[in-house]
Amino acid sequence: MLRKVLMVIAAFLLFLLQSCVFPHMSLGGIVPNLILIITSIFGFMHGEKAGMITGFCLGLLFDIFYGDYIGLHALILTYIGFANGKFFGIYYPEDIKLPIGLTITSNFSYGILCYIFSFLIRGRLNLGYYLLHVILPELIYTLIISIVIYPLVLIVYKAFERHENKKKKEA
Amino acid sequence: MSPVVKQKKEKFTLSGKYLLLIFSIICILLMVFTYGTSAFDKPLNIAVGYVVVPFETGISRLGSWLSNRSDEFTDVKDLLAENEELKKEIARLTEENSILAQDKYELNELRILFELSDQYNDYNKVGAHIIAKDSGNWFSAFIIDKGTDDGLAEDMNVIAGGGLVGRISAVGPNWARVTTVISDGNYVSAMMLSTNDTLIVEGSLELMDNGIIAFSQLKDKENVVVEGDKVVTSKISDKYLPNILIGYIQYVSADSNNLTKSGYITPAVDFSNLSEVLVITDMKNVDYK
Repeated sequence: MLRKVLMVIAAFLLFLLQSCVFPHMSLGGIVPNLILIITSIFGFMHGEKAGMITGFCLGLLFDIFYGDYIGLHALILTYIGFANGKFFGIYYPEDIKLPIGLTITSNFSYGILCYIFSFLIRGRLNLGYYLLHVILPELIYTLIISIVIYPLVLIVYKAFERHENKKKKEA
Repeated sequence: MSPVVKQKKEKFTLSGKYLLLIFSIICILLMVFTYGTSAFDKPLNIAVGYVVVPFETGISRLGSWLSNRSDEFTDVKDLLAENEELKKEIARLTEENSILAQDKYELNELRILFELSDQYNDYNKVGAHIIAKDSGNWFSAFIIDKGTDDGLAEDMNVIAGGGLVGRISAVGPNWARVTTVISDGNYVSAMMLSTNDTLIVEGSLELMDNGIIAFSQLKDKENVVVEGDKVVTSKISDKYLPNILIGYIQYVSADSNNLTKSGYITPAVDFSNLSEVLVITDMKNVDYK
């Protein structure tokens, strides 16, 4: 239960960080995609359901604040959480290659889907420009931030597990 | 123990695939509904207004305090140079102001003669702080810390630094979303201040990086529009109040049909460094009454 509360707080905190703090630290007008990182992390660390619920809730928040209509980002992030959850079985905390690979793939597919559903359908065909100026910079910035966030999440988890073990021993 | 009792103890679980299906259906239904109507907007906007916005306000206050501290360390030399320049600017402006004051006196006299009311000069305005920016990289919108509680409503115009920023596109009790004129897919009906020719100003992500916005469908029969001309919101726009400065013509070229012209505008507002904006609480439809 406490773990779930912590997860909700962490996801909420990252949403706030992304909309209030990171715009001040944007590089060339590009902001890293923190809600995608946390959706992906919860997906491969806790399975597809956790990923989906995180993606759906954060996507919904994003849509209410910034979307012209509600549901698009919620849908994209739900599927990204689900896809990341498929790797739950082969995930080990010691291996950093899988989280990095998943973050890259998730962010790239997120970018392409956003382009298709909010630009291509309005007849903006210049994919090359959007790829070079939005999708790839966001991917790189997000990757750098995820390399910072992922170990932090691991540290919190380890501390939490030690705390739980202690409690079990005492009981 | 009977098998019936055992079954009762089993926990109800939903497989991932079904959950995905449920979420997908919810999302698609929401998209369809919110695209057509705005029935859901109000309760949802109120809900996030109480859950998220208080945190955003707090964090952005902390952030602006920190950035103010870091600004204080700017090089003194820069400040001195700027001071020198500003003094020159003041001298120039004072001179200009005295000329303008004379003009204004004359204008008032003429207005009385023409019995024109200066209704466009004194809009009611409300100041607001920007507390969050669009967290994606595709569109340009931001959240301000005032909402319906402060008398704001959808479609109100937002200005800063004497130029048009955009309009309110969503509003909650204590927050409002401002969609900027540089945001992709945002169109503003505008006109040339000098000739009253109308044109369409169109935000574009590709041009946003260069700090410019595109315009098109300018009918300039006399060929008098040149670079540096002022572009303001038009009288025929249904969402924007007339005569708000949008920017200056940066480049103009004739279209292949030889009837209309298109080109680029340098906006009057510096969109990258906005922190406070003014919301005009008068609305276009009110002016017509």
